[in-house]
Amino acid sequence: MEPLTWTGALGTLLNPLFALAVLGLILAVAGYLLVSAYENVQAAFSTTSGGIVMSAPHSESLARFILPTAVATLGLGMIYLLAGIVTPYGTAGILGELGVRFLPVWIALAVTFFLSITYKRKLGLYGKLFDSPIGMFGFAIVMFWVFTAIFVAMDLIITHDPLGQVSGMKNKLPGTPLRGAAEGDYTHYLLGGDNLARDVFSRMVKGSQVVLVIAPAATLFAFMVGITLGLPAGYFGGKLDTIISFMANLVLAFPVILLFFLLVTPEIRAAGIAIPGTEYIWRVPTILASILFLFPLVFLVVLFDSRYFTQPPKRNLYVGLTILIGGYIYLGMAWDADPLGLISIDGGVLIVFVSVVFVNSPTVFRIVRGLVLDIKTRDYVAAGQTRGEGPWYIMLWEILPNARGPLIVDFCLRIGYTIILLGTLGFFGLGLSSESPDWGTTINAGRRLLSIYPHPAIVPAIALMSLVLGLNLLADGLREESLKD
Amino acid sequence: MGMFILRRVGVMLLTAFCLTFIVFFMTNLYPNLEKLAKTQGNFRMSDEAVVSYLTREGYMAPLPVKYGRWLGVLPNHVTTNDEGVTTGKCIREGVNTAETAPRYCGVLQGEWGYSSVFKDDAGSIIAKRLGLTGWLALLAFAVMIPAALIIGVLAGMREGSRMDRTLSTFSIASSATPEYVSGVIFIAVFASSAFGLKWFKGSATSAMEDFTWANITLPVATIALYGVGYVARMTRASMAEVMTAQYVRTARLKGVSFGNIVVKHALRNALIAPFTVIMLQFPYLLTGVVITETLFNYKGFGWMLVQAASNNDIDLLLGGSVVAVIVVLVTQLISDIGYVFLNPRIRIS
Repeated sequence: MEPLTWTGALGTLLNPLFALAVLGLILAVAGYLLVSAYENVQAAFSTTSGGIVMSAPHSESLARFILPTAVATLGLGMIYLLAGIVTPYGTAGILGELGVRFLPVWIALAVTFFLSITYKRKLGLYGKLFDSPIGMFGFAIVMFWVFTAIFVAMDLIITHDPLGQVSGMKNKLPGTPLRGAAEGDYTHYLLGGDNLARDVFSRMVKGSQVVLVIAPAATLFAFMVGITLGLPAGYFGGKLDTIISFMANLVLAFPVILLFFLLVTPEIRAAGIAIPGTEYIWRVPTILASILFLFPLVFLVVLFDSRYFTQPPKRNLYVGLTILIGGYIYLGMAWDADPLGLISIDGGVLIVFVSVVFVNSPTVFRIVRGLVLDIKTRDYVAAGQTRGEGPWYIMLWEILPNARGPLIVDFCLRIGYTIILLGTLGFFGLGLSSESPDWGTTINAGRRLLSIYPHPAIVPAIALMSLVLGLNLLADGLREESLKD
Repeated sequence: MGMFILRRVGVMLLTAFCLTFIVFFMTNLYPNLEKLAKTQGNFRMSDEAVVSYLTREGYMAPLPVKYGRWLGVLPNHVTTNDEGVTTGKCIREGVNTAETAPRYCGVLQGEWGYSSVFKDDAGSIIAKRLGLTGWLALLAFAVMIPAALIIGVLAGMREGSRMDRTLSTFSIASSATPEYVSGVIFIAVFASSAFGLKWFKGSATSAMEDFTWANITLPVATIALYGVGYVARMTRASMAEVMTAQYVRTARLKGVSFGNIVVKHALRNALIAPFTVIMLQFPYLLTGVVITETLFNYKGFGWMLVQAASNNDIDLLLGGSVVAVIVVLVTQLISDIGYVFLNPRIRIS
């Protein structure tokens, strides 16, 4: 097999065009920014202009080039990725073959966007997202990774075993043919091999799974903790508020990196309280998990109880189900004591999960508390109090739904931040095993030979950056659309 | 105002006390001590040998006692070995003897302990490393703050304009690029043989003696890039809010030119909020410094923390944590006081 080049035979035709489009885009944007900044500064210091400067003539003429060049760049970029689907193997180069591997993701994205745009008026805030180009772009990136993680679980996109080492493939450049490929093996290491001769591409797509399972779940837990503590702190105020706020500030004043270095070590995982009279040792991760994971359970029980306590049969059903299912998951996750043995988290993953929740929840607490302080002065809260509604009903069913806009936006941003935190942990080799394909750990493994073989570190770095960027853009789009009404 | 500052300082001291106690607790957990004993003695120590070593060195005392000793409010632990030689934290050969050595020997007396990794006094190591990091952080701030303020003000003065959208997208992208991503990309593009542009060096070890354009640019850019986006977004929000204020509208209706409004009327008020944000950037800066120093092998404070934590060098780790916590708390205090001071509405009332 021949080694693949980045753009293959297709590149001879497309590369000059693409370079032209990118150059045009860069010139248009940079030129526009510089000229426009200059015009603004000039306007600030010119004493002659009396009125408001409504349009800046030179920068506007440059601005007209931004959109066409951006469209050309994007369009050509898509040709690179999609051409491989119709041309024979190898003609479209590495980019084309990557596009073929991601084919299920493209189809899923197209279906999602087609359905969402068709029914966007019926879909509430989610539908409104499709009015904002920035939000749509961010959503596309996020969904790209979500679909990738899902399809990798179905064994679709991945080309090789993410842990499999092939002799002779150590630190090989992208597009190197697989040495000694048997019948049915994928013939190339599309994005090269790492320093243990594993396929960089397969590790990167497999890593998306680790990241996309841990980060949203940890963020959700942090929100449950923050909401359960923030609602009463803001609503009741007084001593309760002072104590919880002091504790939250304590965690916030702790440098994150220091906390990770102290908390996520093998020694801490071994430390614990020996329960007298038994063999059992209450380990530090379990102690933290058993406290933090209790909050979602408490939250859901109070949520249903405050709503349905006037209808005991319904209340008993919901609360009972919550305790049964939630308690089962709680036993499995926090205590590793699932009676059926289905749910269990590896000790390394658990301490990573717990410390990420622990770091995030004080910030969520502060946001929720601030929102509650603002909303509790509204008339509808006073009306609820006059009707004789209980404090927990008001907090959970009057205040919380009205705080959802900022909370949803912050949720998106916070998933991004959590991904960055997970990457930091991986970068220092804390918590997850060194074989784990998650992006932080892969960057850490690749950085040692960075100046000679940069590809094993760059691929996961760009993947991580793109996902966080997607989440931030999505949050920006959501904020813009939720402010409109 | 005086009362306010006093209360803030009180809360700060209480926080510092709680945080150092937590760090002390976590570094003194038994598995950590066991690891310390094994690295100091030998790795094949039996469990009994570990316990006797720890008892001799005073590590088996109750936690509050140990904390008091470390802080310098309880008499220091001294041991006498088989030959009758008394050793302790403040007993130094040639300087003093067991009789003349101070009884109290803790952080309050300026004794930071002994680093088991660097084989040196922890206090002097921290001072030296902090100095190195100070330069790096100073350069990063000198790049980050002007850039962030200019981007934020330009974006915020006409909300929703094309300029705003372009610059906002840039700041979102920069705040989505953590140090370990931008650092890796910078090294790969500007310092590796793979791309061929060997403009800068991928290691900043030589920058510890002497800064040059080649060895310090990449670390500074790496630290600054992640912060720029966040500060710029805060500045933009604050600027956009000020530009919709009543007094700005009045100025416009009076016929003041747009440039004059921005520079003379809006800017001063718009920069109050970013001041707070910049001060609160210090805790994040610490994370950035640790990552960047590790990546570029610049042996400053962050690199020292990593070494101390991975080798469980208790005295050094505690000292480093205290410094980190104090830096964070002092910047928070400055940010609170500065906010009150800058904002005439609060200052005068």
